[in-house]
Amino acid sequence: MPSPLILVAAVLNGLMTGAVYALVALGLTLIYGVLHIINFAHGALLSAALFAAFFAYQILGLDPYLAVFVLAPVFFALGYALQRFVIGPAARGDERNMLLVTLGLSVFIENALLYAFRANTRTVEVSYAFKSIDLGFTFLAVPRLVSLAAVFAVAFVLWLIMALTDTGKAIRAVAKEKLGAELAGIDVAHVYALTFGLGTACVAIAACLLIPTYYVNPSAGNAFVPVAFTIVVLGGMGSVPGALIGGLVIGVVESLAGFFLGESLGEVGIFLIFILVLLVRPRGLFGSST
Amino acid sequence: MWQPKMSLNRRRFLATTALGAAAAATGSLAMTSVLLAQGAAVKLGVLHPVTGALSYSGQQGRLGATMAIADINAAGGIKSLRGTKIDAILGDAQSTPQGGTAEVEKMNAAGAAGIVGGYASSICLAVSQAAARYNLPYVVDVGVADSIVKRGLKNTFRFGPGFGVIAKTALDNLVAINDQAGKPAKTVIIVHEDSLFGSGLAKLLNAQLPAKGFQILDTIAHPTPTRDFSTIVLKIKARNPDLVIPANYYNEYVLLARTMREQHVRLKGIYSVLGGAASSYKFVHDFPEAARYIMDCNHWFNPHSEKALALKKKVEAGGHYFTYEVYMNYSAVELIADAFERAASTDRDKVIAALASSTFSGHIMPYGPTKFVDGQNQGAAPVNTQVLDNDIKVVMPPQFANAKPVFPMPA
Repeated sequence: MPSPLILVAAVLNGLMTGAVYALVALGLTLIYGVLHIINFAHGALLSAALFAAFFAYQILGLDPYLAVFVLAPVFFALGYALQRFVIGPAARGDERNMLLVTLGLSVFIENALLYAFRANTRTVEVSYAFKSIDLGFTFLAVPRLVSLAAVFAVAFVLWLIMALTDTGKAIRAVAKEKLGAELAGIDVAHVYALTFGLGTACVAIAACLLIPTYYVNPSAGNAFVPVAFTIVVLGGMGSVPGALIGGLVIGVVESLAGFFLGESLGEVGIFLIFILVLLVRPRGLFGSST
Repeated sequence: MWQPKMSLNRRRFLATTALGAAAAATGSLAMTSVLLAQGAAVKLGVLHPVTGALSYSGQQGRLGATMAIADINAAGGIKSLRGTKIDAILGDAQSTPQGGTAEVEKMNAAGAAGIVGGYASSICLAVSQAAARYNLPYVVDVGVADSIVKRGLKNTFRFGPGFGVIAKTALDNLVAINDQAGKPAKTVIIVHEDSLFGSGLAKLLNAQLPAKGFQILDTIAHPTPTRDFSTIVLKIKARNPDLVIPANYYNEYVLLARTMREQHVRLKGIYSVLGGAASSYKFVHDFPEAARYIMDCNHWFNPHSEKALALKKKVEAGGHYFTYEVYMNYSAVELIADAFERAASTDRDKVIAALASSTFSGHIMPYGPTKFVDGQNQGAAPVNTQVLDNDIKVVMPPQFANAKPVFPMPA
């Protein structure tokens, strides 16, 4: 039996890893909640955001944590434009078409990145990459602690937007009853694009938090997609608190399962949860029953 | 433009394809000799996975092969063929065996005199078999699976070492380095990726390390990609081994080394076998602290060869890293060009015979005399490298070494 302190360390690790998962899942769940589509381009957009964060650091000397404030708006605009001018018109109002268009987009983005930047794996070395806090029994890596704090901040801001602003109300209205919202004068195409933009901005924030300790190549983002899907299902499709809690839970489950069963089987824990949730509580922890 | 409509029935189809095949078979041979007499190029298939999961390695491999072709052409081409130049037919295996097979068909149809490349063992296995159907000479660039040259295919040759030789050398050198230092390392944890390469190596190490006096505390498998190594490093810290032996690909290797450093893991050494990043200038450049003192048993160039150092300079001047894919492909092309030279022909049987009897020397690899037995170069061997002074040095075997091993690594 391993010492309890090691288990505490494993749980802490899981929470910090889960924070980044949650951030990737936040974008996915927002888009699902409103547009009712699984955004297959999410992983490719994450790769693109990782490249953006990488070049912001390499070329402009912009620290990844400061780059958040530039890249999040840029990716918001990118997401908005993608939905408004590519996905929306190409889908012609059919949700199934949207699904296929995002799939096509993911292939396009990934190959465009491969063409432009080759398959080379790149990393940034920031001064704080190896900074850690000594707890006596383990070291907490500072960049990962920052991610944990940031994901709470982002989830809080998103919750504020959704709960208190007119935009948030419009988004919720469209999510609940598209036709009714349209009849009440809400510009549905605009709300769709706003939501896609918000989801894409979340991806950009995740990329900026990841890049100090992770790497980027044209398919780097894909590693996070299956786990993000699981979180969306666990937390409830379209639920912001669900994605946050789901991300942290999945992080801890992955860490503990990896510790007891080995890393190869660690993923089994995640997908076991996925199947269990679908069987027992298909709407997820925080999903609405409708 | 108006074209007459032709219905394609079975009879007509068979007649035309049979005629076409016969014309191609006789015609292409006749064409080759006519073109060569006119000083046309020798076509060489350069086949790599330049897209897909293995694209970085594939692109590096293509770089090495095309640089060798450019150098050979600049030095006067194939002299026994009146200075005929080599012309590369570039192919993309798309990181899959079937992608490789499809390219072989195209290269054969385009009149290739031989093929070089493959990179991954699975692709090399498929390509060698497809090329064998056409008696097309094939030189494996990297693929280390022993089965590639053990299936009795007359057309397949591997200049570099296979897995069996690499694993044996790695174990022998580990024991030698440990013995020289007074046997400070007794306990080991193996961290390996869970596909054929990592699992096979872990199995072999588990079978052989105990007999050599090492106790294996744990063998930890992980998938590729693995997003996070914190849990694995926690386990390593809890067991406190003397040595960690990683067997994984570049990205995971880097993440593991970074996490071990982040968690202040104290070891006597990190010793890898075909380590994904351990013998990579990129890793040393990007993470000098995490890479320091890491040892690896891997493919490497001869650090005493002027030609190798000149090539390294040229590759780096082009903004690329001098990775093993580059110099192994460079050497593979040189080997087949030497065969064209000695065969004084692109006739496939003659080229295969020239490869089988090759004693190719003057290359840039740290190998013994070239001698092919069943397609495997008996002189091929890996070396041990270590990251010292922000550079990668060869520490074993002594005849190719340019530094002494630092073991155990300083705290």
